[in-house]
Amino acid sequence: MRNADVLRFARDAAAGYPLRTSLSVLAMAIGVAAVVVLTALGDGARRYVVDQFSALGSNLVIVLPGRSATGGFSPANAVTTTPRDLTVDDAFALSRLPSVRRVAPLTAGTSEINANGRLRETVVAGTSSTYLDIRSFKMAQGAFLPVADWNRGAPVAVIGSKIKEEIFGAAPAVGELIRLGDRRLRIIGVLKSVGQGLGMNTDEVVFVPVNVAQSMFNSNTLFRVLIEARSRDQIEGVKAEVAAVLKARHGGEEDITVITQDAVLATFDKLLRALTAAVAGIAAISLAVAGILVMNVMLVAVTQRTSEIGLLMALGARGATIRDAFMAEAAMLSVVGALTGYGLGLFGAFVLRQMYPVFPAYPPNWAVIAALVTALSTGLLFGIMPARRAARLDPVQALMKH
Amino acid sequence: MSVIQLAGIERVFHLGDSTVHALTHLDVSIEAGEYVAIMGPSGSGKSTLLNLLGLLDRPDAGSYHLEGRDVTTLSPDEQAAVRSRRIGFVFQSFHLVPRLTAAENVALPMMLAGIPAAERAQRVAQALKDFGLDQRADHRPDQLSGGQRQRVAIARATIMQPAVLLADEPTGNLDRATGDDVIHLLEVLNERGMTLIIVTHDQKIGSRARRQLMMEDGELRHDSARPAVTSPMP
Repeated sequence: MRNADVLRFARDAAAGYPLRTSLSVLAMAIGVAAVVVLTALGDGARRYVVDQFSALGSNLVIVLPGRSATGGFSPANAVTTTPRDLTVDDAFALSRLPSVRRVAPLTAGTSEINANGRLRETVVAGTSSTYLDIRSFKMAQGAFLPVADWNRGAPVAVIGSKIKEEIFGAAPAVGELIRLGDRRLRIIGVLKSVGQGLGMNTDEVVFVPVNVAQSMFNSNTLFRVLIEARSRDQIEGVKAEVAAVLKARHGGEEDITVITQDAVLATFDKLLRALTAAVAGIAAISLAVAGILVMNVMLVAVTQRTSEIGLLMALGARGATIRDAFMAEAAMLSVVGALTGYGLGLFGAFVLRQMYPVFPAYPPNWAVIAALVTALSTGLLFGIMPARRAARLDPVQALMKH
Repeated sequence: MSVIQLAGIERVFHLGDSTVHALTHLDVSIEAGEYVAIMGPSGSGKSTLLNLLGLLDRPDAGSYHLEGRDVTTLSPDEQAAVRSRRIGFVFQSFHLVPRLTAAENVALPMMLAGIPAAERAQRVAQALKDFGLDQRADHRPDQLSGGQRQRVAIARATIMQPAVLLADEPTGNLDRATGDDVIHLLEVLNERGMTLIIVTHDQKIGSRARRQLMMEDGELRHDSARPAVTSPMP
């Protein structure tokens, strides 16, 4: 029997029992669609988090005041338990390290902005000119904070796009005077909208020179020091140097925590990849179930078509031909089911993206390939047994069945 | 030359504890072009004999030569090839594939034998015309009358131009007039040289054959071609 004839025969046989065929195709389709949609969700979550962290900037090392882990009891701990402040001078010392490209101090608080006859509460971030490049922000209008001595900042401010929108609307903001808390500051720039990042919405922040913010909040401690390493390879070196410099400056106390974007990112990436794989594994169970259903359907088909199999044998069909015909039918159910499921899955992911535009719900390639391969191989694997049963029927017995 | 030569054929079935001798000491020789009726009551072994002749079943002992070739020692695949090219089957219940049209049913043996689709179409068209079915080519079996169904089945059985046509109660599911038509059709094929073997318990149909083989309890009781050789009735 020619291969084309085997396929045509199998197709006609499958089409001859539409309900049974469509049910098993549906089962296979649901299995594949489940894998595609669930991995799209899992991988979408991963991409979302990765994107969020990438938005922070590249080669970033962040210094936080305070220790990340508690050590055992030691006399040193007993003497001083409160961490020392992280100061502008600390940040400046870090900027002189050879493997550091830029440093930006960051202090933050909330205050009221009053301008153009409007008043609203806002987050005030005190930082330096370097912050713009470290965070890869873009200006919409004007310029960012000018390069200046960190202890002698000018009375200027850069506002986020949402602040600009709410206070000035369409009117130009650059050059306007605002009242921020008890200070009068001149707006020199407006940031381009960037959205959420690092736990605060940059569009709703007013940036001022770090010493202006510190005197406004009457504090000389920093909330963060952001450091950009010269290259990706130097991140670990920078981390160690920063820890060493600050330990020396803080009288031998390790009272700061240094985190790298890479480490955080890698952890989330690993976690969410594992989650996606686990979800894919769970969805794959439905594929196995679909495979078993295909086997059931084929076993029923063999039983129902026993006399036909006997006839084919009488007409000169070899056992292998009959086996191939039933295998082809099982394979067709799986292929059609898998492709339908793939289409359904892509549609499901599309719907998810429409509903949550910030969520990049694209199924990863590996999951799609794995789902299709699993669907086809389970279909074939579970098709073997019924097909062999058909091929081994005794023609005399088979012909008598009616 | 004998197209069929059976020597010392034995076929034993085991049903639980009991053994049934479906065929015993069977020696039959059938010449090419003969018209033979195998007759006998149910359980006499005539169907078993037909299955053996059609290579659907194997004897437990003895030899079967088809066109001079010992076919009992062939592998299942070789037997399938012999069935495909040298043997045609006509069944009591027609055994048409319900989802296939008349033309597709007739083409089935050629499709199984791997004959190209173009040649199949041509031969099917000719066969349907010969059997007066050209208006029914695209009808499915459930749209055909009993007589038409059996004509489709006969067209299918002869499409590969077999040496032997085996018919198992070909009129069993048909009324008298339609049955006579079918028998007539088979006889025409026989007159053109095809060896025809009909299993029937219908005396009237059996008597139309030029040779009758009477089976009883797995033994050949009477062979009209060789009355002297058969064993006397007990």
